[in-house]
Amino acid sequence: MQESDRQSAGSEGVDGLPAGTTPVGGPLGGPVGGSDPLAEGVAGKMLWPVGAEAWPVQPLRWLLREVPAVKIGLLYLPSVVALLAFLFFLTFLPAVAGGDVFAWSRPWLPALGIEFAFRVDGLGLVFALLISGIGALVFLYTAGYFRTDPRVARLLTLLLLFGISMVGLVLADDIVTLFLFWEGTTVTSFLLVGFDYQKPNSRRSALQALLVTGLGGLALLGALILLGDFTGSYRLSDFNAEGDAIKESALYAPVLILVLLAAFTKSAQFPFHFWLPGAMAAPTPVSAYLHSATMVKAGVYLLMRLNPALGGTEAWHWILTLFGATSMLIGAIWSLRQTDLKLMLAHTTVMGLGTLVMLLGGGTDKAVVAAALFLVVHALYKASLFLMVGCLDKKAGTREVDALGGLRRAMPITMWAAALSGLSMAGVLPFVGFLGKEVIYEGALKIVTEPVLVTGAALAANAMMVAVAGLVAFKPFHLGPQVSPKPAADPPWEMWLGPILLAILGLMGGLIAPLLGSAIVAPVASSILGRTIEDPHLALWHGFTAALLLSVCTYAIGLLFLYFARAIRIGLASAEDTGLTSADRTYDQVLAGLQSVCSGLMRRVQSGSLETYMRATFIALGVVLWVAVAASGGDRPRPQFDLPLISYLTLAIIVIGALTVIVTRSRLLAITALGVVGTGISIIFVLYGAIDVAMTQLMIEILVVVFLAIALLRLPRTPERKGFRVGDAGIASAVGLGVTIVLISVLGNDLDLQLSAFFAEKSAPEAFGRNIVNVILVDFRALDTLGEIAVIVIAAIGAVAALSAGKNAPARRLIGGKRSVGEIAAAEEAR
Amino acid sequence: MNSLILSTATRVIAPLLFLFSLYILWRGHNDPGGGFIGGLVAATALALMEKASGLERARRLLRVEPLAIAAVGLGCACISAFWGAIAKGYVLAGVWPLLTVGADGEKAGLPVGSILLFDTGVYLVVVGGVCGMLFTLEAAALSALGSAKDEEDR
Repeated sequence: MQESDRQSAGSEGVDGLPAGTTPVGGPLGGPVGGSDPLAEGVAGKMLWPVGAEAWPVQPLRWLLREVPAVKIGLLYLPSVVALLAFLFFLTFLPAVAGGDVFAWSRPWLPALGIEFAFRVDGLGLVFALLISGIGALVFLYTAGYFRTDPRVARLLTLLLLFGISMVGLVLADDIVTLFLFWEGTTVTSFLLVGFDYQKPNSRRSALQALLVTGLGGLALLGALILLGDFTGSYRLSDFNAEGDAIKESALYAPVLILVLLAAFTKSAQFPFHFWLPGAMAAPTPVSAYLHSATMVKAGVYLLMRLNPALGGTEAWHWILTLFGATSMLIGAIWSLRQTDLKLMLAHTTVMGLGTLVMLLGGGTDKAVVAAALFLVVHALYKASLFLMVGCLDKKAGTREVDALGGLRRAMPITMWAAALSGLSMAGVLPFVGFLGKEVIYEGALKIVTEPVLVTGAALAANAMMVAVAGLVAFKPFHLGPQVSPKPAADPPWEMWLGPILLAILGLMGGLIAPLLGSAIVAPVASSILGRTIEDPHLALWHGFTAALLLSVCTYAIGLLFLYFARAIRIGLASAEDTGLTSADRTYDQVLAGLQSVCSGLMRRVQSGSLETYMRATFIALGVVLWVAVAASGGDRPRPQFDLPLISYLTLAIIVIGALTVIVTRSRLLAITALGVVGTGISIIFVLYGAIDVAMTQLMIEILVVVFLAIALLRLPRTPERKGFRVGDAGIASAVGLGVTIVLISVLGNDLDLQLSAFFAEKSAPEAFGRNIVNVILVDFRALDTLGEIAVIVIAAIGAVAALSAGKNAPARRLIGGKRSVGEIAAAEEAR
Repeated sequence: MNSLILSTATRVIAPLLFLFSLYILWRGHNDPGGGFIGGLVAATALALMEKASGLERARRLLRVEPLAIAAVGLGCACISAFWGAIAKGYVLAGVWPLLTVGADGEKAGLPVGSILLFDTGVYLVVVGGVCGMLFTLEAAALSALGSAKDEEDR
């Protein structure tokens, strides 16, 4: 998936459109045009002013335009907020490293036992620190990257919203809270990937990310509900406390599958790895933040969080190791095929996430320690490299690896950031990446399933990482003569501060390894394992161990890969062309299959013919009625015929009206006669004292006639002549008879008057009204009424929108009644 | 529809119907009536006006977008709901600020409060919703007729 058209999508892509006034697509937004001023007036006035803004926005916009200080302040505000959050979380670190856990909760839906509950332990805190710390740098970077772009406000808002969701997600203890924030990250990710929504590629990627991670969200909901039912608690900490019981129960398998589905989709694990490279359609800061450092780790977080509840079983070990290792290798291999630096990094992110999942499946303390450490290591160097690539894109004009070279003099600061984080990625000695790699090898060698194979896979993947680090961090700066599409220079400080700071942290982390081990890695590993582990004693130098030997091998093979990088890329590209079925293509096929199934179903179910709908409705009604009649049995009272004359007269009116409807060939007469039937029925209501119902019935009858008369104008002049239809007559008779028998049966039984008595008794003294019907409507059952009037408003908006969409379209649809809804939808799409 | 009788009669009947609809709304709590029926009566009055004097005139008479009326109605109902929530502690509770009930159950003051506001909301929703659909349908029908005629002319 090459995204050549994305070039400078985020950068300087000023399309001359201020953020709030982008044109609204769809049939409603366009001018309706045409000869009829009325229709135009309807469509024009009916729309809510989408482009115009409500009052608080307008003054804000003015402030932004006229007072530069406000604009600059707002640009840096998210960054400051994130920094403050980072410092706030930092104050927890000493206590949490000492083994403390902080909890905070507020009742949310007490009746359902749902709380707004948060819990700060080692795992959550380190995640929160990463999110807020990297967030602060990314927000700052965004302010520089999009400085001249009017869409910067939207981008920063979305990023901040995402950051809040992510922090909430990793600190949540209540499962509903967790799910809320989980979905929050999904939605904000969708909006951020689709940031350049004018581009089809962006829209496709955004939808893909939404569908894949949304699927995972549903799975997560299912898993959480199952766990909640089983343990009788909605707290994650309670799930973890009851881990043994969960693992022995029959629920374990479905819960495990659902949790893995959620985690694998979110963290782009094989076979759901395809959406992550696609998500690179997002602007670079977004990719750096969401798709490398934070959001994609939410799935890994989930696995870590639920490790005490679900982990440690045979299935857990094998599935995680297998899928993690597969993702690791796939990510590493395909990163070598890319020519776009950002896509290379995207694939290595799949590799990194796969490594984490694999280590989690390892099951031993060593493997978990390795996962905890690599989590931090990966976030540091990956975010730094992503931001660095953004600098290259912005300041050198491209992200294509072959178009860049020898930029070390032109972009010295960027070069240093790239070099430091690249060395960390490659796992070179004093850097934290070296530490990470050593521990990964130690962990892999201790893995409970297949240590040799896993270590081999890790070796291969890490070697490829060395090659990719060379391509991303060294080739553009150090190899060949200075080339770049546009004159290269270092970016403004907002943009280089993030990468260089993260890169330096990567170097420092390696130098203060023991502190890192006791303050960060040990608390995280303790949370994952659900018990306190001792200080892992991280150190750069372990002596001549197997891990060190593997490291040396890694460098050697990695440099070999780097040397043959071009050949490998060409080989992989041809392998791709020969039609290896890619997961992305499978996604397309699945989606297309779903669409064809749905449209086939719709064509069948929604024929678009009113007659068919009516027939189906009344046949269903008739069946229900007659089943009820047959099932009830028993005695039915004999109908009485000694009624007053007026009842017979009313009956006669109704019968004559109904017969007229059937017999007449004139539509107008039929409608009027139908009105007569309704009026007759309302007279019956009056006779039996239900004045309210009678009035409503009468009004409705009048309005129905009015509406139908208008609709008549739009039907063809000459109606088709239709003779006596036996089938329809049968349906009508069956329903009519059925209703009659059911009503007679009902009247034959003693009615339960408890409710009626209650309302009659309470209406006047408690609700100050003597009209029980109305008191029920607006007081006793006012919530129902509120729902009903909301439905009326929604229906009216829908009808108005549908009728005024395109001047002639609705008319055509009604006149050419043979077209099905599916066909209309297809025609819409084609237009 | 250009009927002199209809348009003349409408000039008298429609305002009366309007007043009647308000009366029905007001009396609804104790006698047959209420917001829903009142709204239907008012909508009928508007439909009559539209039929008698044309869509454009009916729109002008109404002054505001029918859907806006419906939205205001829904807003009234929601405010009534929150009023109850704030004053009595649960949503949609009836609040009667001008009504005092003595120890013997004797009531004094005006029976006006959140319930009437809610009923008014129902009334407005029905008027706005029905008229919104009616007017749009009419406009679409007219334009369809117009284009059908165009095709015949060609």
